Order: sequence, then structure tokens, then C-alpha cells
Amino acid sequence: MRIKQPAVAGTLESSDCMVTVEPVERGSGISLEIDSVVIHQYGEAIRKTVLETLDRLDIADGYIRVNDKGALDCTIKARVECAAYRSNGQRSQLPWGGVIQ
Amino acid sequence: MSHPDKKRLRRSMMFLNCQKPSLIKDPYIYKPDSIMLDLEDAVAESEKDAARYSLYHALQEIDYRGVERVVRINGLDTPHWQEDIRVCVAGGCDVIRIPKVETPNDVRVVERAVAIAEGEFGVPQGRTLLMAAIESCMGVMNVYDTCRSSDRLIGIALSGGDYTKDLQTSISGTGVELNGARQQLIIAARAAKVQCFDTVYTNLNDMEGFRNEVQMIKTMGFDGKSIINPRQIPIVHEIYTPTAKDIVFSEKVVREIDEKKAKGIGVFTVDGKMIDIAFYDGAKRTIELAKAAGVYKGDL
Repeated sequence: MRIKQPAVAGTLESSDCMVTVEPVERGSGISLEIDSVVIHQYGEAIRKTVLETLDRLDIADGYIRVNDKGALDCTIKARVECAAYRSNGQRSQLPWGGVIQ
Repeated sequence: MSHPDKKRLRRSMMFLNCQKPSLIKDPYIYKPDSIMLDLEDAVAESEKDAARYSLYHALQEIDYRGVERVVRINGLDTPHWQEDIRVCVAGGCDVIRIPKVETPNDVRVVERAVAIAEGEFGVPQGRTLLMAAIESCMGVMNVYDTCRSSDRLIGIALSGGDYTKDLQTSISGTGVELNGARQQLIIAARAAKVQCFDTVYTNLNDMEGFRNEVQMIKTMGFDGKSIINPRQIPIVHEIYTPTAKDIVFSEKVVREIDEKKAKGIGVFTVDGKMIDIAFYDGAKRTIELAKAAGVYKGDL
């Protein structure tokens, strides 16, 4: 999947995170910025979850910004997937249990 | 088809907005019998897609510790319900609540889509149960046929807000405007042998009013109540907890019926009251309620 246009998912409420995705030149790779209220304890875990989710979605290029307010792993995945599919304009016939897992 | 959870205990069914991660991450701590993960009215139109991703991962990854997971999908008059059903089935929810059901055909339309989704996602056919929310006068008029519309249907629920709008009145706090619908729903549900759930009580500042309403709907025969706040759960469970006297009597009824049935005796007395087989299910239900409330010490 490619990130085609800027998209945002999530909020800045407690237990949530706001994920922004933006397209970059093909071949530029992933540029990931994380801001979190628990960056010292969970920064690496958040990074790993975001990169694994992008990998499952087969996204190789993009600028990703995560503003985390203490989201669980499942919420981080949900927000990354939502932003990615929004950037593609796909809102139905989603691959639940496939690349979304 | 006989589903093991079709008749499970559902005293309290707590609404939670799927759009809010803070609400859906640990509601089991309040010990409701069921949670109702909402994709419909609580979710803003622009966030319908986001709520589905949150729902999918919550269903797949959060251990709700035995609390039943009901999902309220969007109405059949919206562009959302088909994708809602796909995510519910793929995520493995226990029950889908169909809003604004007016005719049995509404349930059958959802039933067909659920069967297709179960096939698509490799879920055993018949695993996903359904319930129907009655929110209009037409829905009330057709409620018995709706109750008999699908083997997957666990029950029906009254949605008082929309119903009173259709009735051209409003929630008064006395319950008088809901009397007809409540009576019709519970009679239809009992006739069709499905469960029946009452509408929410929205005034959180009036816990005495809430208590009185729960007492009333229990007396009317309802299986449980939709709730909107954890503070309402203990009140519902307390009112639905049988008294020690009820438990002792129900135990006697169950034991006596089992014994007398074997001897070919149909009618007899327990504590001076005439008892026959018609009392059996009620007595069993009292024992189940007592077990759920943690007050049953017997061995039935």
C-alpha cells in the first residue's frame, strides 16, 4: 500500500494517540516521529508497534508522526491502520484478519 | 440451531463508545454482564471508520474476562452497516445489536449478511448472535414477528428515546409514555421465548428514580436493562439478586419437580403453594440469578 495523501486518525485524549501520515518520494523509506507521555518507558515499544503495523500494510515510504497519550498497543495499531487507509481513500471491504490484525 | 450462550444471564448491558479508547480498554472491572460497543449514535459520522479499527483490535486483543461483547451496528438506512457486520464477525463479537428494527425482514437482511461474513472470515456458521432494538411505533406493532425472525436472535430491546419521538411525546420520568411498548415487548418476547431488555435511564443525578425504574421493569418481567454508566450496574444487580427466601423456595421447587416427575405426579404443594411444571423454568432462573450474584451456596 502507498500513502497517497496526508491523513490523520485518533485524538489527543487520554489513552488515545493521534497518528499523522504524509506521502514522501518513493524510495525515501519510513520517517517516524514519536511524541509520548510515556516515551522513556514505552518509546521503543511504540516504535516497534508502528513499524510492524506499517510493514504488515506493506508501506515502505512515508512520514509518520505519532502523538501518544498513553494508548494501548491495540489502539496504536488501530490509529496507524485508520490513517493509512484514509490516505488511500479506502473505507470498505477492508482486510480484517488479513493485513489488519 | 441451539447456541450455548443464547439464554445466558444479561441483567446489565453497558453502552460504550467505540470511538473512545479510554472507555473500551477495561470496562470489565465494573463487572457488567454484557458490554455494548457502539458504532452507531455515539460515533461521529466522520469517525465511523476509525471506530471500526478500534473495535476490531479491542475484540481481538482485550481480554474482557467473560463479559459478553455486544456491538451496536449502524442502521440499515446508512452506508455503514455492511462494513460494520464484516468487522463484527471478523473480530469475533458475541452479539450484533441491530438498531431501528421495524419488521422481521430487517433482522433477516442482517442475518444473511452475517452468514456471508462468517463464510468470508472462516467463523463457524451460527456463532454470531443477534438482538433487535425496537425504536418506533411500527417496530412495536411488528414485535412478535420480529422475535420469531431468526434462530440467532437472543432478544429484543426497547430504545425509549427514539420510540417516544415517534410517539410524538418525550421521556417524562414517570414511564407512562413507555407503558404500552414495554408491555407489548415483554409479552412478545416471552411468547417467542427470547429475552427482553429495557431502555436506558439517562438522568445520572437521579439514582433513586433509576432504582425505582429497575424495580418496575424487573417486576414486569424484563431480563435486564441497558445502562450508560458503571454506577448503575450494582443497583441493577442488587435488584436482580433473589432474596434468601426466594432461593430456598426455588431450590425446593426444582428438587420436588425433579422427584415428582419421576413418580408421575404433576401437581403438588411446596410451602403451602400449588406447584406444577410451569414453575420449573422460573425456579431455575432464580437459582441462576443467585449464582451470578454470588449468593448461592447450594448444589443445584
